[in-house]
Amino acid sequence: MSQLALVIDLNVCVGCHACVTNCKEWNTSGSAGALSDDNPYSKDPTGTFFNRVQTYEVGTFPKTETVHFPKSCLHCEDPPCVPVCPTGASYKREEDGIVLVDYDKCIGCRYCSWACPYGAREIDEHQKVMKKCTLCVDRIYDENLPEAERKPACVLACPTSARLFGDVHDPDSEVSVAIREQGGYQLMPEWGTKPSNHYLPRRKNHVSYKKDELERVDNPLKKEDYQVDSTEPSLDDVTSW
Amino acid sequence: MQPAFSVIFLTTLIGMGQGLFLAIYTRQVYSVLNVVEASSTGEFYSLGSALALCLLILGLIASIFHLGRPERAWRAASMWRTSWLSREVIVLPTVMGLVFLYGLVHFMGWNVVLMTFGSIPIDLSMIIGALTTLAVFSLYIATGMIYACLKFLQEWHSPLTVINYLLLGSVSGFTLATLLASYQQPELVSFFSGWSIVLLVLAFIFRGASLIRNKRLRPKSTVQTAIGVRHNQIKQKSMGFMGGAMNTRDFFHGKTKFFLKSIKLLFIIMVFIVPMAILILALFKPSFMVLVVACASMFIGLLAERWYFFAEGNHPQNIYYQAIA
Repeated sequence: MSQLALVIDLNVCVGCHACVTNCKEWNTSGSAGALSDDNPYSKDPTGTFFNRVQTYEVGTFPKTETVHFPKSCLHCEDPPCVPVCPTGASYKREEDGIVLVDYDKCIGCRYCSWACPYGAREIDEHQKVMKKCTLCVDRIYDENLPEAERKPACVLACPTSARLFGDVHDPDSEVSVAIREQGGYQLMPEWGTKPSNHYLPRRKNHVSYKKDELERVDNPLKKEDYQVDSTEPSLDDVTSW
Repeated sequence: MQPAFSVIFLTTLIGMGQGLFLAIYTRQVYSVLNVVEASSTGEFYSLGSALALCLLILGLIASIFHLGRPERAWRAASMWRTSWLSREVIVLPTVMGLVFLYGLVHFMGWNVVLMTFGSIPIDLSMIIGALTTLAVFSLYIATGMIYACLKFLQEWHSPLTVINYLLLGSVSGFTLATLLASYQQPELVSFFSGWSIVLLVLAFIFRGASLIRNKRLRPKSTVQTAIGVRHNQIKQKSMGFMGGAMNTRDFFHGKTKFFLKSIKLLFIIMVFIVPMAILILALFKPSFMVLVVACASMFIGLLAERWYFFAEGNHPQNIYYQAIA
């Protein structure tokens, strides 16, 4: 069984919110109807979103780091929101592991949103049904689109390629390799929900060298007992190559 | 959590209705077993059932306001294999139907004796009542488990949640039965007030245990596990938006700690202390008007108790929504 998911690289995310905007744009334009907003240009705007980018400050000033943290439905392998649904509107697809809501069956009781520890579900205040990230299920299988575009809208929008998309059950997929080799982790592992989406941690590249590595040991000039005089012009100074 | 008044009224009203049925059926069982003098009349049972049915219907009406799409509510009966909410949706109409039947049998005098055990006659209403009692207990369990099964709402994830729904519902029903008795058959008052006092003491012990347990809870989820960064100093600088969203409205009560404490004190006084004093008084000198005060105090107190129960639930998703800008 495959399990489609996102892998989000926190080392690369710059917090530009392009994924948020493209997600909203794609999902408000689909056949399922608009993702409704209220008062978008006046006081107290509110609306339904599937994806957000949050910002955290780690450490104490001046030793701080800013972490931009994109957050959407994690398409858990053991989703707590699914068994609690009284109508069966909330379900996990067998074939690709996407957790979806059937908008025609949902009664809008909000119980699934209580059952999600991540706050990934939002009610549409106009359609009165629960909505959530669909991993752009209406895009990724659309054969009218060029193959390179059969990816979730957020992945296509990301200017730094911080978002990877693929099958986390296929050990050779790009996402599985990234999780394995770059320390991919899950959110709130304490609840046993086994989120499919993974995050790649912040990592720093350190170059470590020893002082003797700066000097060439077998320098032929040393063999000829040639003393380098720094006042003398070097080859660079006298030739133009 | 943000307490929803539809759910507060649903759980308190059906709890009281179920408790009232349990009260009158307990009386019938006692009468049949000759533990007490068989003085209660069919009229008392049918009036009690009618009142219980009214409370259950009012609860059902309140629940409709919680749904975004009430016209599809029938679908909610389908997932009873996995969902406690679905189970409640099935058991609630079952209880209503059985309570109706029980009252009807008493009202129409269809109470034929079906069999006898020694000198104890088992009539039709006893059988229906036994089934109804089973359904009533199932409904208490289903209602409680809706909340108790959510493991990351640590305040709710405890057997105490189910026990408290059972005990608080029962005691409010028994208190209402005391009031009903003082109106119709004053000789039954001491029976019901006695039972109410016992249940009230039990409810106080278990609700108190739940308050103490929840005070000592430490949240399992922290901002460290929420974003997966291991550092003691993590502060949210932006939740990603400045407008509102369901995440900022539905999961936090938005009240001060002082307000919460006041509600806690209010429900302890109105659910436990005031009715207890009146019920003890009613053992000696029953008075209809004073018992009205006891019932009103208990019901309003239970509304506060349920509000507090929901507000106390600390949803881990709130970790993600701490700073606006």
